[in-house]
Amino acid sequence: MALSRQHEIHTRRLGRNIGVGLLLVALIILMLGLTVVKVTQGDQEINTQETE
Amino acid sequence: MTDASLQNPTAPALENEAQMGDFWALLKPRVMTLVVFTAAVGLLAAPDPVHPFVAFCAILFIAVGGGASGALNMWWDADIDAIMKRTSRRPIPAGKVSEGEALAFGMALSGFSVVLLGLASNWVAAGLLAFTIFFYVAIYTMWLKRWTPQNIVIGGAAGAFPPMIGWAVATGGIGIESVLMFCLTFMWTPPHFWALALFMRKDYDNAGVPMLTVTHGRPSTRRHILVYTLLLAALAVATAFTQIGGPFYLAVAVVLNVMFIKGAVEIWRRDEDIAETDNYLVERKFFKLSLLYLFAHFGAILFEAVLTKLGYGGWAWL
Repeated sequence: MALSRQHEIHTRRLGRNIGVGLLLVALIILMLGLTVVKVTQGDQEINTQETE
Repeated sequence: MTDASLQNPTAPALENEAQMGDFWALLKPRVMTLVVFTAAVGLLAAPDPVHPFVAFCAILFIAVGGGASGALNMWWDADIDAIMKRTSRRPIPAGKVSEGEALAFGMALSGFSVVLLGLASNWVAAGLLAFTIFFYVAIYTMWLKRWTPQNIVIGGAAGAFPPMIGWAVATGGIGIESVLMFCLTFMWTPPHFWALALFMRKDYDNAGVPMLTVTHGRPSTRRHILVYTLLLAALAVATAFTQIGGPFYLAVAVVLNVMFIKGAVEIWRRDEDIAETDNYLVERKFFKLSLLYLFAHFGAILFEAVLTKLGYGGWAWL
């Protein structure tokens, strides 16, 4: 049986799918932010060691 | 949850389809508030600074870890949750989420939170979070809760770990100050839950959970509340004279502990018949006060930490 273009299950699970999508986007932003912070903090530590 | 409607397009939409809110409820959001707040205080009261974004992520992962243990707790306790009025509308007994889904959700979030906390901060903090989840699920939920009336006393340790984890995020270790914050929550838990057990009496009786009220009787529970409150008060006031305390904390601790002891004495002197007549008014008030008590103590520790950073914290500046 072929799925119709807008099956009932799509409507039923719309809220959940949007929620999971938003969580995944938030996770990507978190990982990106953490990477930036870790890399720039690492730069600072290297600079401090060089000046010593 | 089922995809049966795919095979039968005329099948009606399932009213019990789990939504995001049901998975959110599995994380015990109210308990998570306490976890977030005490972990944040532990992190901010520590002497070592943490980058604000790392701090935010660390608190978030600790909260997710706490939520994961809540989901695993609901998975294991689904049978007694269905019996108790207070918990009968939780996602599993309400038929919104299956036990298998709750187990998978809890396990996945546990692993996710521990690994990400380790990567974001350090592995001491991650190890403490993993131990907290293990303690709450395996030691408290699976073992102690249905076995001993001391379930709340020992199991309370699980809820007391978050400030230690927050401290470990900043310092990479465990300090006497973080242990004191642990002890504060640990000693606060028994009077808090026993007060709840006094006015939710039928719930625990029906579910067969060996709460102190069921195994040792209600007068004994009232005595226990008083004894633990006195011990807690001594600890809470003594904390004022340590590294994380100070004059502001002392003032808050003295006022709140006087109120808390007064409440515990009233509970101790109460006759069960009178308590039933006024629908456990004093016990309910004590329970509400206990929430304020913990938030105010940790709030005062946080305020002292802010003052210290401004050069006015602790006793040294007097």
